[in-house]
Amino acid sequence: MLDDKDRIFRNLYGQGDWGLEGARRRGAWDGTKAIIDKGRDWIVNEMKASGLRGRGGAGFPTGMKWSFMPKDNADGRPSYLVVNADESEPGTCKDREIMRHDPHLLVEGCLLASFAMGAHACYIYVRGEFIREREHLQAAVDQAYEAKLIGKDNVNGWPFDLYVTHGAGAYICGEETALLESLEGKKGMPRLKPPFPANVGLFGCPTTVNNVESIAVAPDILRRGAAWFASIGRANNVGTKLYGLSGHVNTPCVVEEAMSIPFKELIDKHGGGIRGGWDNLLAIIPGGASCPLIPAQDCADLIMDFDGTRAVKSSFGTAGVIVMDKSTDVIAAIARISYFFKHESCGQCTPCREGTGWMWRVLSRMVEGRAHKREIDMLLEVTKQVEGHTICALGDAAAWPVQGLIRAFRPEIERRINEFTHKATLDDQGILDPDHMVAAE
Amino acid sequence: MTKLIIDGKEIDVPAEYTLLQACEAAGAEIPRFCYHERLSIAGNCRMCLVEVKGGPKPVASCAWGVRDCRPGPKGEPPEISTRSPMVKKAREGVMEFLLINHPLDCPICDQGGECDLQDQAMGYGVDTSRFAENKRAVEDKYLGALVKTSMTRCIQCTRCVRFAAEVCGVPEMGATGRGEDMEITTYLESALTSEMQGNLVDICPVGALTSKPYAFAARPWELGKTQSIDVMDGLGSAIRVDTRGREVMRILPRINEAINEEWISDKTRHIVDGLRTQRLDRPFVRENGKLRPASWTEAFAAVAAKVRAANGKRIGAIAGDLAAVEEMFALKQLMASLGSANLAVQGGAAFDAKAGRASYIFNPTIAGIEQADALLIVGSNPRKEATLLNARIRKRWRNGKFKVGVIGENADLTYDTEYLGAGIETLNDIASGKHSFAEVLKNAERPIVLVGAGATSRPDGAAILAQAAKLAADIGAIKDGWNGFGVLQPTASVVGALDIGFVPGEAGLSAAQMAATGGLDVLFSLGADEIDVAPGAFVVYIGTHGDRGAHRADVILPGAAYTEKSGLYVNTEGRVQMANRASFPPGEAREDWAILRALSDVLGKKLPFDSLTALRQAMFKAVPHLMRIDQIEPADASAVRTLAGRGGAADKAPIKAAVENYYLSNPIARASVVMAECARLASGQMLTAAE
Amino acid sequence: MSVRRLAPKELQPASFAFSEETLAFAKQQIAKYPEGRQASACIAILWRVQEQHEGWVSEAAIRAVADLLDMPHIRVLEIATFYTMFQLWPVGKKAHVQVCGTTPCMLRGAGELIEVCKHRIHHDPFQLSDDGNFSWEEVECLGACVNAPMAMIWKDTYEDLTKDSLNKVLDGFASGNPPKPGPQIDRQFSAPAGGLTSLNTPMAKGEGGPPASAQPALTDADAKKPSDAANRRESPAPKPPADDATKKGNM
Repeated sequence: MLDDKDRIFRNLYGQGDWGLEGARRRGAWDGTKAIIDKGRDWIVNEMKASGLRGRGGAGFPTGMKWSFMPKDNADGRPSYLVVNADESEPGTCKDREIMRHDPHLLVEGCLLASFAMGAHACYIYVRGEFIREREHLQAAVDQAYEAKLIGKDNVNGWPFDLYVTHGAGAYICGEETALLESLEGKKGMPRLKPPFPANVGLFGCPTTVNNVESIAVAPDILRRGAAWFASIGRANNVGTKLYGLSGHVNTPCVVEEAMSIPFKELIDKHGGGIRGGWDNLLAIIPGGASCPLIPAQDCADLIMDFDGTRAVKSSFGTAGVIVMDKSTDVIAAIARISYFFKHESCGQCTPCREGTGWMWRVLSRMVEGRAHKREIDMLLEVTKQVEGHTICALGDAAAWPVQGLIRAFRPEIERRINEFTHKATLDDQGILDPDHMVAAE
Repeated sequence: MTKLIIDGKEIDVPAEYTLLQACEAAGAEIPRFCYHERLSIAGNCRMCLVEVKGGPKPVASCAWGVRDCRPGPKGEPPEISTRSPMVKKAREGVMEFLLINHPLDCPICDQGGECDLQDQAMGYGVDTSRFAENKRAVEDKYLGALVKTSMTRCIQCTRCVRFAAEVCGVPEMGATGRGEDMEITTYLESALTSEMQGNLVDICPVGALTSKPYAFAARPWELGKTQSIDVMDGLGSAIRVDTRGREVMRILPRINEAINEEWISDKTRHIVDGLRTQRLDRPFVRENGKLRPASWTEAFAAVAAKVRAANGKRIGAIAGDLAAVEEMFALKQLMASLGSANLAVQGGAAFDAKAGRASYIFNPTIAGIEQADALLIVGSNPRKEATLLNARIRKRWRNGKFKVGVIGENADLTYDTEYLGAGIETLNDIASGKHSFAEVLKNAERPIVLVGAGATSRPDGAAILAQAAKLAADIGAIKDGWNGFGVLQPTASVVGALDIGFVPGEAGLSAAQMAATGGLDVLFSLGADEIDVAPGAFVVYIGTHGDRGAHRADVILPGAAYTEKSGLYVNTEGRVQMANRASFPPGEAREDWAILRALSDVLGKKLPFDSLTALRQAMFKAVPHLMRIDQIEPADASAVRTLAGRGGAADKAPIKAAVENYYLSNPIARASVVMAECARLASGQMLTAAE
Repeated sequence: MSVRRLAPKELQPASFAFSEETLAFAKQQIAKYPEGRQASACIAILWRVQEQHEGWVSEAAIRAVADLLDMPHIRVLEIATFYTMFQLWPVGKKAHVQVCGTTPCMLRGAGELIEVCKHRIHHDPFQLSDDGNFSWEEVECLGACVNAPMAMIWKDTYEDLTKDSLNKVLDGFASGNPPKPGPQIDRQFSAPAGGLTSLNTPMAKGEGGPPASAQPALTDADAKKPSDAANRRESPAPKPPADDATKKGNM
């Protein structure tokens, strides 16, 4: 288990002061100027060496992402850092804790990251529903301005403006280019890539979009050294991570733990165990709703990191674990996720716009069993027709949970269809043959 | 140039090509719905997916640049497949998605037979559906008088949204909501305000947006198709006239990069019902103050009686906006034989044909606007006078670094303009360098000075024209390889009339003089409906519609409309084009040149041609450049300098717009119910804007 | 998501005027963006407009915002209908209850909360209760999954709800004394109920020791060198734990 002193988010539960004073007590804003003085390349190299992979789900190495930004802005276009705080994926609620309980880590991270990519302005795009979180964050930004930690003329020597903006209820804005569109005051419809944001991003300028957690851990990495961060977890999956435990655990919570922690340890230590005991586990969704579910038998030895979840044909996502025990109607659970994606599809491109609705409708019939068995394969094919054919990854995200369901719970779907058909047959017989009336009732 | 291997075939394409263009260059057909050459790339239909070898998933070829393709590990050119199983499967998948919520109402859909979705479903669709759910139904939206909606058919390609915003310059369409509930609409279903909204119907790949006036009128495969040109304005847009039997059913654009690209204005397109109504289908003679139907013989006799009694100098002819060159030529011959030098074309008073062609045509050419880097508009509202020329200006403006200044009425031209002033004084200020816009023009490499009918239709039009020409010469708009002096002629007949010398001859009267009280004894009006002829003169009206001209006429000789005759027209650029006959004049109406030929016989001044071919030969002999169809006879730029030297005093009164009501500017348009409805909507909009 | 339409004419106010505060706020928002990018402020301003106008966005307000930002009306309408937090119909005066119904909440009983709303407020979402004080809707994930099930009323979330506690919350709103937001059970925000499992040492409180930077957990000298593989995007197959770092506990 991670020791408290290795934890970055030490006010995760809001026990202490989330303001500047409290943050300083916990070590934030300490030696920021010294880090900046070491130079842009040093920071990027240190981030690369730390092995930090983006915490927003895709797991792209953060340091490398920063290095894509143009070294000079010779063409006159400014660079921007945009922080993706549009945390909206079911099961994921880690950034919320950072913003409301330790916002200064994020503010400081924004400064350092912006410096590292030559950006003098940064926008934090907070999902619209996080109103109180936004207020905390804005207050922290104001405090930082007041203390001259950021701003045009600040003690850290890098002119820097930080703006908190927000959305208004659209999961798709968590997709980086949709977020940029939304930030430009349009509908959150993902852009075509290429060009990538590092080349043509916000307002047509070079832009990097990072997750809140990726940015918020940066100051501590730079303060404590890449080696410290890289020593936690296993190769390729290093560092500390905020995990969210939701669903059927005894004590749902958000907790900062080491990467590559065994799933069982995570659940037992922080989640208070599975509701009804370990044997009552049905399946988990390891990293937010878009990850395919992992059936119980694969959970026993599951290592919670990018490679560990990949080994069981799922993905690490944002490490927001949704636990389902045996009382769960797993088809209904996935159908609800399907509904979520249908609801959140931006409607721009065909496969996602039409496919998400189709998948949800078929699945909701399958919840009752009101379907044909051949439709299971059809549904699988529909998911394949969506996957990989869309502009952004929402199409994939909508397809994966359904694929995961069919992979792991096909017998259950079939059983329901059988049951429904059987009942229907009995009903029919009841009509045709009075002898069966009683049975049918 | 970049090397690519497409379907195993090596091909060299420019690096800025998209994969879709590259594939087409390699001869591979790429299906598409959202992609349109003249609109921004949306990449949302996902039909154009192709496989780039080495990539995990297919890419949208419309949005993927050739330079985005990475060469292979050993530097071999990127390999693209448009026919691989991956591509086929992807496209079939997309097609299925497009069809699950698309109603299969092709038999009652106006797009049937010319529907992209229908066509491509043949290639990528299957004959059964596995979609067991309810189909989506979408409420239809009101978009105005011209575009009918059937929104359930919409496939959300957003072409219309992009067209309205980008080409029309009226960002009025949008897609509300999201996901599968996304709907195309205008703000609160208000009518569109563009003069080229009819193109939305062409741009829509399915039957969601169809033509309202043409609704359920005909099927594409039962129509005869005639390539022709339009005469509603001075541009001569390329059109296709679709007829069933002798009735013109609809007019569609043809591609002509030099003029209209692939759009046409609403007036061009929706004038169709005007071709059917209020037509003059037999001769009329005025008796006791009332027009009564007559036979051709009676009518001719009535004309002959008056002509014989009149002195040649008291006879005259005015040609209208829609007159073809041939009939003007014939009329000119006839007038000459009657001893009259009184010839004029409507709207031609300000121009001096003898000064040289460059003094009355749009020298920079329409396509040339795209090379220009500054524009001064004097007395014109190109949006109304020449919608597609305006679209071209907008296209140039969208590319940036293009300033537009306006003298005259300040109107919304769909692009940013700098309003400089109302009248000639502003023009003088610019000429003398007092006005800041002078710098813009001087610093421009290829400036254009556009003079419109608002200026040239005034009594002092010639003076304004001369001063504009002087300005053009002074700022260096006339140089080797560039002549930036452009006259925007709002009608189809003026340039042709000037070319053949259908202008007042020696001591000849101008149109205004002819129409004035006591001006003439006999006036031949070749469809000159925009001129009020004072009482007194005996008016012989040769025209198509029972409009203003016919009401004033003493004898009506029913002629043929532009879709009913073969005729040459010279557009504002000086481009000679031929309109073709798509149907026949109604009733006893005849082609105009033939009427004049027959009349000349009765008058005893028989014209020396018995066929249109003979007429044309005679005309080509007199004016050889008319022979060169679709070409612009190079005009000697010195004509502009000649014009510039003329000077003249211009009135300081503000220059007003020439076209008062865009939708009702000629007799055919005034006969059209559709145009009347458009005019009503447009005036409604003016009211709200004024509020 | 169903088709989102503006409220019918009879419910629409004839005009909308920005209050002074809203206008000041709008100017402040516009100032956040480079010149000519004022459209970027659209969402924030619409949101403030919604707060100013009884919790919903009227047609007149859409036009007002568009005019303020020099945007075509249709573009603002697109935004108002695209983003689901913009209410296009009147909502309850005292509370508009947004119950999260997505899977994590659903697993922990969001269905019961919806039943409560159906019975207490109106059978259908987005409909006003008889007294016009309440309305409800089922929303997609509100990002408080570890405190499921939850509901949001105005700016605050009410978490770890049960049928009874939601009823109490609604009673609170009805009587004008809304309860304290956050978990409605004994729990510190997102910490596990029943006692902290981490951050329970003095260290966590910023006490008991100098800041971490002064005393790095590992110095560069004795650090395990990060493997170069850390920069790779995804390794094709998982490797066995390189070290039992996770089991070290106290490093």
